[in-house]
Amino acid sequence: MSRCVSVIDGSGGNLLSVRRAFERAGAKVQFVNDGDGIRKAERIVVPGVGAFGRGMDALRGLALVEPLREFIAGGGSVLGICLGLQFLFEVGEEFGEHSGLGVLRGRVRRLPDRDTADRPLRIPHIGWNALLRPRDETQWRGTILERVAPGYAVYFVHSFAAEPVDPRNILAECEYGGHRVVAAVQHGRLYGVQFHPEKSGETGLTIIKTFLEL
Amino acid sequence: MALLRLIARLDIKSPNLIKTIQYEGLRVMGAPHDFALKYYHAGADEIIYMDIVASLYGRNHLTELLQTTAAEIFIPITVGGGVRSVDDARALLRAGADKVAVNTAATKRPELIKEIAETFGSQCMVLSIEAKRRKEGGWEAFRDNGRERTGLDAVEWAGRAHELGAGEILLTSVDREGTRKGYDIELLAAVTSVVPIPVIAGGGMGTCAHIVEAVRQGGASAVAMADVIHYDRMSISQIRSEAAAAGLNVRKL
Repeated sequence: MSRCVSVIDGSGGNLLSVRRAFERAGAKVQFVNDGDGIRKAERIVVPGVGAFGRGMDALRGLALVEPLREFIAGGGSVLGICLGLQFLFEVGEEFGEHSGLGVLRGRVRRLPDRDTADRPLRIPHIGWNALLRPRDETQWRGTILERVAPGYAVYFVHSFAAEPVDPRNILAECEYGGHRVVAAVQHGRLYGVQFHPEKSGETGLTIIKTFLEL
Repeated sequence: MALLRLIARLDIKSPNLIKTIQYEGLRVMGAPHDFALKYYHAGADEIIYMDIVASLYGRNHLTELLQTTAAEIFIPITVGGGVRSVDDARALLRAGADKVAVNTAATKRPELIKEIAETFGSQCMVLSIEAKRRKEGGWEAFRDNGRERTGLDAVEWAGRAHELGAGEILLTSVDREGTRKGYDIELLAAVTSVVPIPVIAGGGMGTCAHIVEAVRQGGASAVAMADVIHYDRMSISQIRSEAAAAGLNVRKL
């Protein structure tokens, strides 16, 4: 059975690699940019590159915010990628304060510019980095990370990261400059990944496949 | 911390993957996509496609190849050769590239670095420097694949490029290119000590010890390899295990 995924196309940005990766993982991909498309979706991917405020403005401009919130409140299956993860939170601090979808509590803040030994830290965080369990008791079974082990690396490009109020929302972290940085979040069937699964090789494709099967 | 990246570099003279020694004596290897696919499955962290005659002819011929490759390869792809404007960069990014590498056009008009960085983000803008040792010391940046002098000091040029918004530097030693004698470690150290952005070591990879030097003494964040993998002297997975055994922090597969 072909699994359908509706990719939110709010920015008119380059969604080619997201599309190809989901297709490779066996999904039928369609782009949606209206509320009706969201309501009819089987599962939704919220991609995003660029800045928080402009990205949210684009979603608002297309009147996608309420339909997305309703879809999530109804227990729909959602994966936010990179900026798409950040949108899930209440406030983003990129170029001033902007409100997000607010379906998860917390803020999106700039990565620290010093490492834990107080040396300058390179921002953005670009490259492959290992996924880590945030706490010993965090289980990845039954989640998009079910078939990934801690230590597997994925590809990151970001300057901002989510800081959830509820630590139970943190599914995975990575370490950057000695700091723990949120790499994946979850609440029920709502997921967000800070990294780019579409650029993370076979590990990324495995995560996408698992999302499609949940 | 971000892991050391092992990057497969493919120099292309359309439609073929080619290999040179010190950018001369071109030899045809085969279809670039087949090689790229092989490297992806062997665990390459990134792929670089470089159209090596693009600057001569004034355009990049890799758009079609890129579309084919991006449908089957799910790691970051950098494309260079003949990028002279924001529109050139956009066409490559649209075709599936994640970053563009610029050399010749930027040496003629450095503001191009700023324009690309401001339009698509610094993470998209890779400055490619082809550096050749000067008799009197230091290195000069060359363009058109080591064919033409620029008069620019390679180390100063790297610093300037960072200020203009380059997100990364692909630093190739023309003297070492294709020789398998190891990266030019002094060149690497000179550049990595002046720029805070990642530097990809290029030119001269022959053994895993060369990677260790490039990282430990040269300060490289990534290593590009061509000859050694194109001729199957070593596979990327073999290089990865040797690098890990030497204590380098590489991606676990």
